Amino acid sequence: MVKLPIYFDNHATTPLDPRVLDAMLPYLKDDFGNAASRNHVFGWKAEAAVELARKQVAALIGGSDKEIVFTSGATESNNLAIKGALEFYREKGDHIITLKTEHKAVLDTCKRLERQRQERIDELKLMRLGDLAGRTVSADELATLEIKHDLEHDATLARWVSQVKTGARVTYLEPKKDGLVDLEQLRAAITDHTVLVSIMLANNEIGVVQPVEAIGALCREKGVLFHTDAVQGAGKIPFDVEKSKCDLVSLSAHKMYGPKGVGALWVRRKPRVRIAPLIDGGGHERGMRSGTLNVSGIVGFGKACELAKAELAPEAARLLGLRQRLHDGLKAKLDMLVVNGSLEHRLPGNLNISFAYVEGEALMMAIKDVAVSSGSACTSASLEPSYVLRALGVDEDMAHSSIRFGLGRFNTVEEVDYVIDLMVRAVSKLREMSPLYEMAKEGIDLKSVQWTAH
Amino acid sequence: MAYSEKVVEHYENPRNVGTLDKNDPNVGTGLVGAPACGDVMRLQLKINDSGVIEDAKFKTFGCGSAIASSSLVTEWVKGKTVDEAGTITNQQVAKELALPPVKIHCSVLAEDAIKAAIADFKAKRAARTGQAAAPSAPSPQLHK
Ligand SMILES: Cc1ncc(COP(=O)(O)O)c(C=O)c1O
Repeated sequence: MVKLPIYFDNHATTPLDPRVLDAMLPYLKDDFGNAASRNHVFGWKAEAAVELARKQVAALIGGSDKEIVFTSGATESNNLAIKGALEFYREKGDHIITLKTEHKAVLDTCKRLERQRQERIDELKLMRLGDLAGRTVSADELATLEIKHDLEHDATLARWVSQVKTGARVTYLEPKKDGLVDLEQLRAAITDHTVLVSIMLANNEIGVVQPVEAIGALCREKGVLFHTDAVQGAGKIPFDVEKSKCDLVSLSAHKMYGPKGVGALWVRRKPRVRIAPLIDGGGHERGMRSGTLNVSGIVGFGKACELAKAELAPEAARLLGLRQRLHDGLKAKLDMLVVNGSLEHRLPGNLNISFAYVEGEALMMAIKDVAVSSGSACTSASLEPSYVLRALGVDEDMAHSSIRFGLGRFNTVEEVDYVIDLMVRAVSKLREMSPLYEMAKEGIDLKSVQWTAH
Repeated sequence: MAYSEKVVEHYENPRNVGTLDKNDPNVGTGLVGAPACGDVMRLQLKINDSGVIEDAKFKTFGCGSAIASSSLVTEWVKGKTVDEAGTITNQQVAKELALPPVKIHCSVLAEDAIKAAIADFKAKRAARTGQAAAPSAPSPQLHK
């Protein structure tokens, strides 16, 4: 008998490996020192532990320990990489290129930078209109006066705007249907103003693995920085900062059987990449990230990286086997399944499938002893179906029908078989209940029906 | 998000799932919602000549709350007259199932489905009395 509930949501977070916990415990108890305390044994012990972890984290990605900046997690690492690089290389330009399927920690960071630039431009417009109108102009008048004074063709304003040093311009590339970046589009998007390309190693929803080595080579050729959010891929698939020629890499411990609330930004030293800090203070982490180090968390992160590196190849093969078993088992008993994103370029533990004519949240309710995720709007705060699936061109109804299975280190064949059986029964029951399934079986083209949107 | 006991109960034991013959002159079919929005409800009512709902069947594509809302209204409308059934409101459904605010639209859909099924039935009857032999008028809900 399998033990319930079953955890198949390893992209959201992973359980702490017991070996990681064992490594951490001393630093939560007797060895509680501050790694920055230079004058006593408590500090020295903590510092030694952090330095070992730094080596372990760096080794996982083929970097040097001197290039690791510990953070509170990958959300912070992504913010630091993008905002920090942009601020430091402001003189070079203000353009960022990213992908529509990136994590929100990248996309929302880019959106804020765009908004900041727009706010600065609006301020300049008001100043210019003030000059032209000979009085102070308020923000509410902007829309009307902008047209009246034909600001669009105003050379002075254009000159001011060309010197704006706030925020950023951002290009959001559309992925191909299989979720992969189009390298030709990327090449074409790079301009003289481009500072940074931010494209993830592997996607958290569809598990699609990007061609980071080709992206890195292109960025190097064009002289722009390459940041990759490697949270989902590091420790799961081979990844090397030299082969992929990255400049900045975000990592998070809790996606690789380490503790939550700790991550890292790897910052290349040769050739030297610089970033401005987001957090000022005691000058920790070579000034790039102040704040007393989370020693026990960092120790756990290091151990987690060491384990992931040691077990990577056999574990990837095992997970791929489980994933294939799951996929084959579902396909054998259910029709009209669509895998979202490339099956070939994919994390071994990820399967994202749309079960046509069945709604994702209802499906999750039917398998309530199995933890998975859905791209259904009903499971998101925004009431919009997954933006990742939408960016791939997946129809909204199919996005609503998607389930993400995230297999991990502690999942077993027995669990996979249990889930196959449960899914088959749940999908069959819900399809029996689905008017769409009935209509589709009758040969009605659902796209030709005029639905009453609400 | 936790579901109310009543939603879970209806979801696990849905009442009156199925299909009635949409070409039957005594059957009104309401098809509301849209696949793109993540919920589509089809409610069918079999109405006798005295205007009493003798049978009700539903099929729903949607979340657990949408399924529970449809299941509940099939129970409620059975035995009611068309006019009585037409007074069922989404608030009643939402209250009975203790739907949270983000699920209110499921109850709205259930109310819309009842209204659409009744409208379809009435349109069919009007067509029948108007032109004596038109028993298989297509459902107006299926604007194909
Ligand atoms: C691809 C990706 N990037 C960034 C993050 C954020 O990481 P953290 O939870 O460490 O802030 C996640 C996790 O949700 C993720 O999957």
